[in-house]
Amino acid sequence: MNDSIELTYEVSGDDFTRAGEASSDCKQKLKRLGVPPDVIRKVAIAMYEGEINMVIHANGGKIKVTISMDEITMELADRGPGIPDIEKALRPGYSTAPEDVRSLGFGAGMGLPNMKKYTDDIHITTELGVGTTVTMKVKL
Amino acid sequence: MTVQELIDSDMFEVVNEGSDTDRDISKVFCCDLLSIAMGKGIADAAWVTVMGNINTLAVMSLTDMACIILAEGARMDDPGMAKARQQGFTILRTDEPIFDAGLKIHERIQ
Repeated sequence: MNDSIELTYEVSGDDFTRAGEASSDCKQKLKRLGVPPDVIRKVAIAMYEGEINMVIHANGGKIKVTISMDEITMELADRGPGIPDIEKALRPGYSTAPEDVRSLGFGAGMGLPNMKKYTDDIHITTELGVGTTVTMKVKL
Repeated sequence: MTVQELIDSDMFEVVNEGSDTDRDISKVFCCDLLSIAMGKGIADAAWVTVMGNINTLAVMSLTDMACIILAEGARMDDPGMAKARQQGFTILRTDEPIFDAGLKIHERIQ
């Protein structure tokens, strides 16, 4: 399939005033493309959680969204510290978010669990000190 | 009840009257942890919370909630206000507790 559409975003680190911009823009574009609302909601939630994680933990990164005929793939790549224990990170309620982030209403340990819940497939590759790439797919 | 009817009801102080105010309010949603709200937020809900920052607006928009009611005297910070005006989000506020504010809306949408 060559008729896929690709969207790319740069996410800046530690800038909470801009966190969510990539997900919001992607949501608008999917709406214009006529993607069903329930799919848009799943993509928007999963992508926003990923975007927030990049801002909190990884000093930003890049997001690539590929929309093909049968699925939407989000690839979120950062050069952050990496995740020491993915299994733990996926556990609802487990969080390493700092206090200032918690005071903004984050850090409930629901980021990765939400990403898992709202996507059909999630794959995480991580290397300590190098970075993390999260790839998520939502079927159309 | 639509968002416009909620605005016109004088139950709460209007902080910003957004666009899209003729949408129907489906439910009341109460939560202050944004990560929980992100996963559990209900489309077209009136969201009662004390979190008044730009991230609250992002969660509201991404989960398709209809409006925000800031309870317990909470206020939207300046970046949040700028964003709400720019994007046309409806924000109301009250000094009442979250439960009381939520219940008032709940009784009107029954």
